[in-house]
Amino acid sequence: MTWLENNSDWVVELTIQHLFLALAAIVASVVLAVAVGRVAYVRPRVRQPILAAASVVYAIPALPLLIVIPLVLGVPLRSPTTLVVALTLYGTALLVGTVVDAFSTVDAGVRDSAVAMGYGRQALFWRVELPLSVPVLLSGIRVVTVSTVGLVTIGALVGISSLGTLLTDGFQRGITSEILIGVLMTMALALALDGALVALGRLLTRWQPRRRRRARTPLGSTEVIV
Amino acid sequence: MGIEFRNVGKTYRDGTVAVADFSHVVASHRIAALVGSSGSGKTTLLRMVNRMIDPSNGTVLIDDEDIQGLDKVRLRRRIGYVPQAGGLLPHRTVVDNVATVPVLNGTSRATARGNALDLLTLVGLDASLASRYPAQLSGGQQQRVAVARALAADPNILLMDEPFGAVDPIVRRELQDQLLRVQAELGKTIVIVTHDVDEAFRLADDVVVLRTGGVVAQSGTPQSILASPADAFVRDFVGADRPERTLTTTEVDGQRLVVDADGRPVGILR
Ligand SMILES: Nc1ncnc2c1ncn2[C@@H]1O[C@H](COP(=O)(O)OP(=O)(O)OP(=O)(O)O)[C@@H](O)[C@H]1O
Ligand SMILES: [Mg+2]
Repeated sequence: MTWLENNSDWVVELTIQHLFLALAAIVASVVLAVAVGRVAYVRPRVRQPILAAASVVYAIPALPLLIVIPLVLGVPLRSPTTLVVALTLYGTALLVGTVVDAFSTVDAGVRDSAVAMGYGRQALFWRVELPLSVPVLLSGIRVVTVSTVGLVTIGALVGISSLGTLLTDGFQRGITSEILIGVLMTMALALALDGALVALGRLLTRWQPRRRRRARTPLGSTEVIV
Repeated sequence: MGIEFRNVGKTYRDGTVAVADFSHVVASHRIAALVGSSGSGKTTLLRMVNRMIDPSNGTVLIDDEDIQGLDKVRLRRRIGYVPQAGGLLPHRTVVDNVATVPVLNGTSRATARGNALDLLTLVGLDASLASRYPAQLSGGQQQRVAVARALAADPNILLMDEPFGAVDPIVRRELQDQLLRVQAELGKTIVIVTHDVDEAFRLADDVVVLRTGGVVAQSGTPQSILASPADAFVRDFVGADRPERTLTTTEVDGQRLVVDADGRPVGILR
């Protein structure tokens, strides 16, 4: 691992770049998917077309997309914007269906009595429907997060630097430990963000009756609350 | 004064005539019960009062004011509403559930919570339950919270749609007693929908018996309805001929014992 010792600053720098690219795309995906998914949920007529469009977007191969986006938006090929836009498209497409499901899980009786108490449209969305859709929403966000962190590496192919750069650079120069570090750091980043989301989820869903799970202890199997 | 239904009708989009032509006045500070078989239009009528449903024709007036001209959201905030079950916000603690409407109205959270604690006591709940989430309460406790929540903005009107329908008979009885105590203290105008004639007779000053289509079969005090049912439908619906309603007296050990048609003792005549 002498390669790492000699290049640790660069690895840290690439990790930070990777993190920011991923975070920007994840946040944008969530915002966009909630907006689009909300429309799909509220208007059943456009739901199928929207979900179909999402599948199509997700099926677009990455490299052509990274070349088309700069042409359409007029940004430089190597700009981080290109990658963030591409990953946001994928993330949104991946998440939109879950958003529709998330809003569908909100109990109709709860929604109805909230309206009857005098929640207006805005308040109903922000203070009732959104918080109650968090459990399902979060499961989708976790998938998007892990997938986005992985996809950021593709940017290296068109010269947008991230941990993916270690992969392309390592392949070109035949440095196995560089490639290995790139893979491990990407996975570690994905796991760290996923862990953060799990913690956030716990915080936001304290109201949910905790599922009981069996855990093995030295005294045998006992019920614990997780 | 009070709530007036003036020739209201409701035809749903699929053509169902839930209510054909209903007129009735609910007097202020009294409890009115809407009873009738399933599908007779009780819920439809109740929800017209807070404009959860707008009538297809006719008008609903509150204190002589046509509510069609009022802002829905604001109207709802000044009318308490207790749904059948499960109407509490699962992601809010008990105290925050009760504080909901005052907070929507702009009362500070701290003040609203303080008042909410008093209301919990009023409906017979221990303040130690305040920080629990609804899923951590029994069905009966949840309905008490729902009543407290409906009272929180100090509304003049309380609408209750089978509020105690989902709890067992013993708890139901406790909740009914609690409601009567609260009413003795607060004197709200209450409209309660129920399937249960006994509940209507226990709680209401004024009972409206509905037939399919929101047709009034009979309305009046529980006493008058039981004493002279208008027709066979009402007679059957209120169970005027049921063994537990046909009482006789018999003498046992020098006491005048009241017994039902099956000979079961009900009480002692003084
Ligand atoms: N949204 C709706 N669309 C179509 N028909 C409806 C709708 N809501 C109610 N109805 C119909 O209108 C009639 C009256 O319904 P409503 O809910 O007012 O009855 P209810 O007296 O409250 O019955 P229950 O005792 O079962 O609650 C029924 O035939 C019902 O099927
Ligand atoms: Mg009903």
